[in-house]
Amino acid sequence: MRAGFVVTAAVAALSIWGSTLARAATIQVTIDKVAYNPVNISARVGDTIVWSNKDIVAHTATNRDKSWDFTIFPNKTAKVTLKKAGEIDYYCKFHPNMKGHISVKP
Amino acid sequence: MMLHKIAAAFATLLLISGAASAQGAKPNDAQIAHIAYTAGLADIANAKLALRKSKNKDVRAFAHDMERDHKAVNDKALALVKKLKVTPQDNPTSKAIAKGQADERAKLSKLKGKAFDKAYIDNEVAYHKTVDNALQSTLIPSANNDELKSLLETGLKIFQGHLEHAEHVAAEFK
Repeated sequence: MRAGFVVTAAVAALSIWGSTLARAATIQVTIDKVAYNPVNISARVGDTIVWSNKDIVAHTATNRDKSWDFTIFPNKTAKVTLKKAGEIDYYCKFHPNMKGHISVKP
Repeated sequence: MMLHKIAAAFATLLLISGAASAQGAKPNDAQIAHIAYTAGLADIANAKLALRKSKNKDVRAFAHDMERDHKAVNDKALALVKKLKVTPQDNPTSKAIAKGQADERAKLSKLKGKAFDKAYIDNEVAYHKTVDNALQSTLIPSANNDELKSLLETGLKIFQGHLEHAEHVAAEFK
């Protein structure tokens, strides 16, 4: 009886842990040939965006609202965890023709 | 002054596209590599002059970006010509670019303060327009080797970004 309760509790704990993991996703964005790929992202609060710069020059991921601004050198990465819902427009300060968008749902 | 700048930019553009037709053929890969490399070197020299002379935060940031990016692209170009066993070939177009920008620097070095900043960034706008046009209309279509073509195409996107960045900085001085 007691063993059964422990197992049930463990399963419940695991499933909570599992669903949290499933919800907080890591979204990869590759930077190559002066572009963010994918350009448009749908994400949820708690998700993490990771940019990997595969290009031959340094780029930035700069939020238009100035809340974050990462310089990413070739073969380096940068990441941000999304804290609130909303629409994010970001760009590269060095090459303003590079633009990206993140739609963050609650 | 403005008309003179536009005329100078067009003269350079004509020279770049004219060099190809004057020879009765497209520039070859060895010439294209030399033109692209020379154009990058000239902009690095422009940036170094700006870093010596300017105190404006945005102008200095732009110059730093030019120095870093054009060096990175030129390093890739050097590695590629080495791999392809191509020896970059001096030609009238690369000579015209080097001389054109050396003349600009001679004019710029006589200016100070805001007059320098404005003239430097205006030249960067005009020069990037000219080089982007030459890449698009002549150099990329003429490139034979796929890796060279791909590097020039990435270069064009980088330099289009520089043009946009330069235009933002130039707007400060309007």
